[in-house]
Amino acid sequence: MLEPNVIKDEELEILLNDVFSVYGYDFTQYSKASLKRRVNRICVIDKFTSFAELRYHLLHHPEYLQRFVEEITVNVTEMFRDPGFFKALRDKVLPQLGTYPFIRIWLAGCSTGEEAYSMAILLREANLYNRSLIYATDLNPGVLEKAAKGIFPIAQMKLYSENYMLSGGLQDFSSYYMANYDVAKFDTKLSERIIFATHNLVSDSSFNEFQLVVCRNVLIYFDKELQNQVFTLFDESLDSLGFLALGAKETIRFSNLENRYKQLDTEKIWRKNM
Amino acid sequence: MASDRKSDSKVELLLMGGSAGSLKVLLSLLPTLRQDLAFPVVIILHRKADPDSMLDVLLRNHTKLPVLEAEDKMTLQKGTIYLAPPDYHLLFESNKLVSLDYSEKLNYSRPSIDVSFQSAALACRDKLVAILLSGANADGVEGLKCVKSADGLVFVQDPDTAEVAYMPRQAIVHVKVDAVFKPEHFPGLINNL
Ligand SMILES: C[S@@+](CC[C@H](N)C(=O)[O-])C[C@H]1O[C@@H](n2cnc3c(N)ncnc32)[C@H](O)[C@@H]1O
Repeated sequence: MLEPNVIKDEELEILLNDVFSVYGYDFTQYSKASLKRRVNRICVIDKFTSFAELRYHLLHHPEYLQRFVEEITVNVTEMFRDPGFFKALRDKVLPQLGTYPFIRIWLAGCSTGEEAYSMAILLREANLYNRSLIYATDLNPGVLEKAAKGIFPIAQMKLYSENYMLSGGLQDFSSYYMANYDVAKFDTKLSERIIFATHNLVSDSSFNEFQLVVCRNVLIYFDKELQNQVFTLFDESLDSLGFLALGAKETIRFSNLENRYKQLDTEKIWRKNM
Repeated sequence: MASDRKSDSKVELLLMGGSAGSLKVLLSLLPTLRQDLAFPVVIILHRKADPDSMLDVLLRNHTKLPVLEAEDKMTLQKGTIYLAPPDYHLLFESNKLVSLDYSEKLNYSRPSIDVSFQSAALACRDKLVAILLSGANADGVEGLKCVKSADGLVFVQDPDTAEVAYMPRQAIVHVKVDAVFKPEHFPGLINNL
């Protein structure tokens, strides 16, 4: 159902300033159109009848913060989403990564982990997993807890298995998980070399050097200025000749990185110059 | 910024939403649009999540106006037609600036017409014109209500002329639409906004 709009522009500003000053989470440079929808949505789900009520509850119940953050950000994700992208990783990026003795990958904004498990499967099938390390980060501790469990709804497996095959996967996809009633529990070997950790792209700095940084469908929630700030963070976190991968509708075109990165054909993957 | 002066309200954005059976209407409408339209036209069609879809190419072949697939944080230009990309919702930061959003589907749809109509209504208020075409589900009806309550204009394709009447019919039942149009009258309507 379409949620009714209960929040005015000025009220959204007030709420975001509150959250920043009281809790330190800075959403002030997020795209307002999306935030408005999320706030309307949380009002419906958690039964706040007005902006004032939501604001009061949020400011007086610190334990509500995590839920608030989880709900106003969008956590929708899939395994092997955009199979063509994963095929390009398999065919063009992994062979390059394979030339390194040790491979470090950063998945920023990994949500509930579907992307991280997809990446682990790719690396395993390319025989690179045992010398790789995947840092899968998100600002929401809640999604990371789910991600670490590696348990996803069984109802999604048909789609994921199709995506997997379209990405060039040749195994029986169901060999990667155990079906148990309505859930699929992924092989713990797949998460052995994944480190799930909180990291806020807005306020935290670079924490390592990577050969591949993947950040898909996160930047669309940021305004142009914040997008550029995050591009700089990725640039600082990439080795020369490292790869940067974005979502299907995201680009480094018009950003401060444009001149120093080269796009791989039509995929949303760029390689840093020497 | 939206102003309260309703009398001299000038259109700043035209939104068209449609599902099953609407492509044909669009393809016959596009060649008739005047080239100096004073506002951007944004089209939200239910479409498969297929990234190789050639819908923009198809539309481009039917009009002299530029046709672009809307991109994240793109600034809309007047006299240009924008198509919502597959598998994302299209939101409006202002009457000119769009964002993409990958949140839950609405009415089994992404892009959802309701989502874009509501977001545009909040951003453009009475400077918005929304048109709902042929379609098989009720996506768009709630969105039209938002446009109406922001004092925008709401037009609907005459269900008797629609390949699939459900969507426009629901709109007429549930929303105080400003007018119901047959496809052959859309060009006159739009070119004179
Ligand atoms: C739509 S999901 C994308 C998931 C996955 N990358 C994909 O494309 O399927 C967006 C994720 O970005 C995270 N996110 C939003 N703001 C963030 C920030 N400032 N720092 C880190 N992660 C953030 C959200 O918590 C959410 O899990």
